[in-house]
Amino acid sequence: MQPEGKSRKLLRIHRDDNVLIVVAPVRPGDRDVIDGCEVVFTQNIAIGHKVAARDIRAGEKVYKCGVPIGSAKEPIPAGAHMHLHNLKSDYIATYTLDKDHVFVK
Amino acid sequence: MSSSNNSSSNNSPTLQGFLRSDGRKGIRNCIVVAYLVECAHHVAREIVDSFRGQPVHLIGFGGCYPNAYADRMMNKLCTHPNVGGALLLSLGCESFNRHRLAEEIAKTGRPVSTVVIQQTGGTRKSIDSGKLWVEQALKQIADVPRAPLGVNELVVGTVCGGSDATSGISANPAVGRAFDMLVEQGAATIFEETGEMIGLEDVMSARAVTPELGHELKASVEKAAYYYKQMGHASFAPGNAEGGLTTIEEKSIGAYCKSGDSPISGLIKPGDVPRKSGLYLLDVVPDGEPRFGFPNINDNAEIAELIACGSHVILFTTGRGSVVGSAISPVIKICANPETYERMSEDMDVNAGKILRLEASVDEVGEEIYEKVLDVASGTQSCSESLGHQEFVLTYKSFEPIGPSCLPM
Repeated sequence: MQPEGKSRKLLRIHRDDNVLIVVAPVRPGDRDVIDGCEVVFTQNIAIGHKVAARDIRAGEKVYKCGVPIGSAKEPIPAGAHMHLHNLKSDYIATYTLDKDHVFVK
Repeated sequence: MSSSNNSSSNNSPTLQGFLRSDGRKGIRNCIVVAYLVECAHHVAREIVDSFRGQPVHLIGFGGCYPNAYADRMMNKLCTHPNVGGALLLSLGCESFNRHRLAEEIAKTGRPVSTVVIQQTGGTRKSIDSGKLWVEQALKQIADVPRAPLGVNELVVGTVCGGSDATSGISANPAVGRAFDMLVEQGAATIFEETGEMIGLEDVMSARAVTPELGHELKASVEKAAYYYKQMGHASFAPGNAEGGLTTIEEKSIGAYCKSGDSPISGLIKPGDVPRKSGLYLLDVVPDGEPRFGFPNINDNAEIAELIACGSHVILFTTGRGSVVGSAISPVIKICANPETYERMSEDMDVNAGKILRLEASVDEVGEEIYEKVLDVASGTQSCSESLGHQEFVLTYKSFEPIGPSCLPM
């Protein structure tokens, strides 16, 4: 069980991680505690998605499960949603579908 | 059964195994009925179906053309420590070398017999003849000697299937913790699917016990990247991004974190059995130019390879909810997604979705998985076993033997 005062919506998988995993839906205005600091969320974030565990510099390696999963495209503040807009692969660009179901990089 | 008290002495044997002539010990004692070409499949299945509820499992190879990989897989499977004896089903005109397979099984002291359908006189006579032999063989293997079995004698494999965004954040890291505990207790553990390690080759290589093994690990992932590219297989689907995965590296860690944090002791290929404690990577991608299609056509093809490497039990993580089991070795299901668990709990041995509900830590579920391995090794049926699952798939592949750096002393 998570102790009192710890996040109930975010999960740290590995001690070296600078991202946390959303385990309960996050809504704009929701407040949570990350490593003792309060953050206020500004958008909806779905289960399984990632948020920054602390301020991350542009170009800094991003760690999940203790291993690098890419680099920050821009400065990312603690608590911000991290996805295709601010995180890139260091290997192969990610292709996915946009809202019109067109493949985009 | 081991207690949750970690102070209990490390390798004290707490289980009873079925002792085989090569010194290995099984946690099950089954007869396999193996068809050697699809044309003998029906006869084999009819024989197995008449022993429902008894330890008689159906395996086989459907191809009519010879294949060294399939020969080796069938040999390793028929002489697996969980197998007490084998009945081979041949049509009579296929390429599979039934004589050599029967000789190799006989050398281990296991009861073995071959029914050749064309010589026996067709379907019905072959079914009757096979059933008669299995009845006798079951009586014979009931007398297999039992011997204390330590955790340090277990081989445990892991695979993921029906994955979703939760797999890599609950069930897979929990299996990683269970793997660490097993390795600490002296067991051999095997993880696989080099095609889902792309992006992690350097991280993984750094865990190798020697630099030379590190080079081999890296080369195996590079081979996988090339092979999958030739297949035209997109390694990242739009659904992955929808589920919150951003990069190929991130997708890969879902599979990779099942390996835990132990040093990597070796690189093996299908049929290579680890001879000492440690964590091993199973290279499942064929060598040479792509010839026979996708490396593994489904989860059970991977499970069969893990079993051919000696796995006594398979840890299978799933988010969307796979239901498969396997012939020969029990499959333990670890469900990553709490909603899937609620819908399909009868099929799931461990609810790792508790981690997402913040009702348990990754460490706690890791310990639960470890205890479940010992429980199943002691004879308790896993969910897929009790539901009668015995899936099996074996297809064409080609491999070169592993190099000298792959298993450092």
